[in-house]
Formats: sequence, C-alpha cells, structure tokens
Amino acid sequence: MSDTIWSEWVPGGAHTSFVMRRGTTLRVTAQGPGANASLVLYNYEQLTESYNMADTLKGQHTAFITEHHVLYSDMGRVMCSVTADTCGWHDPFCGLSDRALVNAKYGEARFQQHRNDYHRNGADSLLNELAKYGLGVRDLVAPLNLFSRVTVDDTGAMQFHPDNAAAKDYVDLRFEMHCLVALTTCQHPLDPVPAYAPQAVRLDCHASALPGADDPARTRCPENERAFINTERMFPPGVAA
Amino acid sequence: MSIVESPFRVEDAVYRAIIPAGEPFVKTLAAGQHFRILDLEGNQAVDTLFYDADDPQACYSAVDTIRAQGNIYLTAGSRLLSKRGDLLATITADTCGRHDTLGGACSAESNTVRYALEKKHMHSCRDNFLLALAHLHADMEGAMSKRNLSSNINFFMNVPVTPAGGLTFEDGISAAGRYVELRAERDLLVLISNCPQLNNPCNAYNPTPVEVLLWGPVSG
Repeated sequence: MSDTIWSEWVPGGAHTSFVMRRGTTLRVTAQGPGANASLVLYNYEQLTESYNMADTLKGQHTAFITEHHVLYSDMGRVMCSVTADTCGWHDPFCGLSDRALVNAKYGEARFQQHRNDYHRNGADSLLNELAKYGLGVRDLVAPLNLFSRVTVDDTGAMQFHPDNAAAKDYVDLRFEMHCLVALTTCQHPLDPVPAYAPQAVRLDCHASALPGADDPARTRCPENERAFINTERMFPPGVAA
Repeated sequence: MSIVESPFRVEDAVYRAIIPAGEPFVKTLAAGQHFRILDLEGNQAVDTLFYDADDPQACYSAVDTIRAQGNIYLTAGSRLLSKRGDLLATITADTCGRHDTLGGACSAESNTVRYALEKKHMHSCRDNFLLALAHLHADMEGAMSKRNLSSNINFFMNVPVTPAGGLTFEDGISAAGRYVELRAERDLLVLISNCPQLNNPCNAYNPTPVEVLLWGPVSG
C-alpha cells in the first residue's frame, strides 16, 4: 500500500469524523480483542445521501459485510468497497448502544468523577460528530459495526460472537466517492463483557488506485456492477472531481 | 412463530380505509388506539414507518427495536422503539407470524441496482413516502423530508436470514385475511407505502390492496 497520508489513534469509547475522498483507502486496525468501531457514511457533496443498511444487504443477499462487499448509499451508489478484511465478519444490523443501555450495563460514570474515562455511548457519540455538519437524530442511520459478529438462528434470535476480532485485525475501505465518515469506538450494544472496556482502533488513510473493470468488489455480483455505474456517472473520466 | 388473534370486532372499528395497491397512506393515531393492517388478498408487502407525532425526528428504529428484543423478526409482543429509544407501539395481535425488519423500501435508485438500470422509472415505495411527506398538512410541512425516512417495517414480507449470514427475499408467508395489529403507546404518525414492487416475490408479483382499521378513543 502507498505511503500513509494521515493516521489517527482513536481510544476506546471515543468518536471522530473526517472526509474520505474518492481514490483513498481507510485502514481500520483493531487494537485489542473485542474491538468495535461503528461507522456511518454520508455523501460529502450532498449530506442527505447516506449509507443504507437495507439496500446494502438486499443488493448483495447478505446479512454481514466482509471482503469484496460494498456499502451502498440510499441513491443506489457504491460509497466504499471492502478491499481487505482479516476478521471475516462485520455486523450491519445491531445499531448502537445508548445512554440507558450503558448506564444499565456498566453503571453511570460521569465526567466530574471520572474525567475522560467517563462512560460514553454509541448513539450520543455519533450524534456528537453529526452535529458538527448540521446533521441530527433523523440523519443517524443504522451503522456498520466493524469487527463485531452477530448471527441469527432459524427463529431470528440473535447471537453475539465475542471471539470475532483480535488485536491487529484490520479492514480496508476503498472510497469510491467523497464521503463524510463518522465513527465511534464504543462497545457493541450486544457485547456481553460486563465491564466498560471499549478498545481502541487505529486509522490510516492511503491513496489507492480506482477500481478497474475486473475489480473483485465490482464483479462480485451484477448488482455491484450497476451500483458502480451509478457512482461513476458522478465522476466522468477526465473531468476534475 | 406464534399466532395471536385480536379481540376487536370489525363492526366496532371507528375508522376503516382501503389502501389501493401501490399507493401511500398517512394517518395520525392517538395513544391507546389499536391499528390493524389487513392483507386482503395475500402476500402483500406493506412498507410502514411510525413517528412520534410530537417529534418527527423520533422515527421507528429497526436496529434499536431488534437489538432490544434480541430477534430480527417482528411478531405479537414486539415493542417498536424510536431512534430516541422511546416506545412507539406494541404489536398486540398477529395472524401472519412474522414480519421483516431488514429489507427496507424499494426506490427508483435501488431498483437500478437490484434489477437493471432501465428499471429506474418503475413506481417505488420511496416515491410514495416522499410524495406523502411532501403533501403533509401545514403544521408538519417542511418538518419532514427524505432525511426523516429510516429502515421501515415490511409487514407480511418474508426475508429470511440464515445462520451463515445469507439474506433473500422469499415467497410470502401471509395469506388473504391475515392481519397485524398494534397499540399506539403515544400519539403517532403512521406512514405507509402499499408496495408496488413487480420485480421480486415480495408481493407475489401482483401488488394488491390492503385495509387499515382503527379501534379505541377518537382524538380531538
């Protein structure tokens, strides 16, 4: 991979946001077992266009995300492609913790007593980031929970798998359009660990080549081929993006 | 799957309406009212969103609802939560057995992805939702837009997820005369698209009308 353009250490329980341009790849690396990074995406040129869990799942006939899957927007475009994945499963349908869940599970821990170790929750963390761009509760879409695995049985009952990711596991997201990214490292809402123990992740941004005609994310299914066409119509070759 | 029948009689309903195939429907529900959606001809997907009538940002949240109940399907006893974590409605009766939370709505754009670029101009649930929001009455006008849409419930739709993580749209498990009924736990706005999709089995390739009925205290 090319030289790192920027890096950010995101401590456990923290939140951050940034812009990823078309032609760059974000590597997210878990720093401990049980890491979780909840991520939402918006078209940076039109923030009402967002990552869409339902369209992503039904378009690719999957209830989880791994290598060569893509994330669709609600406008039928590929926002980013998963070009590498060492852990094999990322959860798209369990959402975020909120204040009531964190207080019930881990107890209340406020800033006055605990300073920056106070207990944070996933929903408020992403709302904090979204508010910086004029977005609010209604814009908070179902996130992708990187490094977390939840399966369902034949009755629909959900099961969390605590051993899905280890330290140094990483996932590469190649951005196919300019995206606002908001991310939090709060624990997964179904994480059974009884302690408030969110793990850190490291972010590394690299330049990356645009996908060719034989790109494995593009050719994974005909749906992805068409969603790439929808994205690439916004970026005609030879026209400055 | 458990089947729970309603104690309410059709002749006691305070409101009844038919939603023709492929059309939107909007109505406010008062806290305590019971709202039934009746599958008249069978296997008709009914794309539905609920909002706190006093807070249009507090839309039904699929992920909070399924995470809290530990199951991805809705049925009798399911408590529908909002994006703020508040209880919007409880499913009190269900003669179908289970309903989809993950499939979302069809849209012109997702039709281009799922079927063919040329399918863009077929009618879709999101066009129904958007037009219904555009024509809301004056005190809600401008308060709601595409940003207020969220992953909706698909009543009567069958989207099984396998233990290995596969997800498909399958033939329906509903039939003519089956219904689902909810109790409004606060004043609600309900937004429905009676799905016009012709490209997959969610409507048995033949969209049909549904009926909605209401029991309980009449507001105002």
